[in-house]
Amino acid sequence: MSFLVLYSEEYEEIKNILMNLKQETNSRIALIVEKNGQPIAFAGEMDGVDTTSLGSLVAGNVAATEGLARMLGEKSFPLMFNEGSRENLHITMIGDRFILAVLFDKKTSLGLVRLRAKNAALKLERVFSKLEEKMKKEKDKLGTGENPLEDLSEEDIDKLFK
Amino acid sequence: MAMINPRQKELIAKIVYYGPGLGGKTTNLKYIFDHTSPSSRGELVTLNTQGDRTLFFDVLPLNLGTIKGYKIRFQLYTVPGQVFYSESRKIILRGVDGIVFVADSQRERMDANIESIEDLQENLRQYNYSFATMPYVLQLNKRDLPTAVPADEMKKALVIKGEPVVEAIAIRGVGVMETLKEIAKQVLIHLKKEFR
Ligand SMILES: Nc1nc2c(ncn2[C@@H]2O[C@H](COP(=O)(O)OP(=O)(O)OP(=O)(O)O)[C@@H](O)[C@H]2O)c(=O)[nH]1
Ligand SMILES: [Mg+2]
Repeated sequence: MSFLVLYSEEYEEIKNILMNLKQETNSRIALIVEKNGQPIAFAGEMDGVDTTSLGSLVAGNVAATEGLARMLGEKSFPLMFNEGSRENLHITMIGDRFILAVLFDKKTSLGLVRLRAKNAALKLERVFSKLEEKMKKEKDKLGTGENPLEDLSEEDIDKLFK
Repeated sequence: MAMINPRQKELIAKIVYYGPGLGGKTTNLKYIFDHTSPSSRGELVTLNTQGDRTLFFDVLPLNLGTIKGYKIRFQLYTVPGQVFYSESRKIILRGVDGIVFVADSQRERMDANIESIEDLQENLRQYNYSFATMPYVLQLNKRDLPTAVPADEMKKALVIKGEPVVEAIAIRGVGVMETLKEIAKQVLIHLKKEFR
């Protein structure tokens, strides 16, 4: 499969899990990125945060850490934590393809974030498996009328670059 | 690995600028960053060494506009060209939807170009990605330099699968947007087939 469809139903579930995680832990931002840097979903105050860049850096960080793990003969470091003077970043793996990152400050504690993030990651893993199942099953992967590239023309592309 | 989100009406794809060290990959991204309105792009994040060489990657999120109501968003990445950063280059290629190869036109860099193309193919093989079907554009950069190899000679040495070739002087922006457009076109046409 060379692409991923975030079907509305699962997307809503994912957003809800993120929103709950953010609220329960009183953290600033909760986000999911695919390991290759693709941003999937987020919850929280995004003012002044470029979530796409944040996502690609988180993914880069995870990739580098995994490289380190391999070198050191570990299978992985499934949990990562960066502590700042104001902001902290907690990273958990969701299965082997997605990453859950939580950005939080002094309003909450690492213990709480760690616990809730772990639970959320388990729930998210189930949603993503469901999503993958669905993608395999649906022949018409996007549903009629849902494929924006269905009758893509040279003109459409030219318009993007006018 | 492109991502499509029917609810948010967006399509996101990943483009990687590949090529030998000092070829001008980062320069391409800087030019694009400087010449697009802030509303249609995010931050340009660069992970550099002190000497301005790419250490891990650069990334620039770009909003190209809309097609049939869908926001078309590309993430442009560069790899570190220096030979010994091989592991990092492989990491960045993960999930790639299209590749721009930035070749350095200077005569003394021809071997480095060829080596880098071979490195690219090897890395794609390791992921089981097919180079034959991968959207791919060849940019001949640094056409302004006196030691630039004639374009025809470069094409003979570097063109692999009839890919589009764009001559460029990235520091002045010549050919940069044209390259981006070529790769965007190929990626969208490729995805159109995949989505069916
Ligand atoms: N004369 C000339 N110089 C260029 C051109 N494009 C880039 N340069 C210069 O080449 C040098 C290297 O450019 P970068 O964009 O940093 O190269 P890179 O491919 O990102 O290099 P790595 O990060 O090491 O892989 C810089 O000093 C640029 O100003 C060009 O078209 N002509
Ligand atoms: Mg660079």
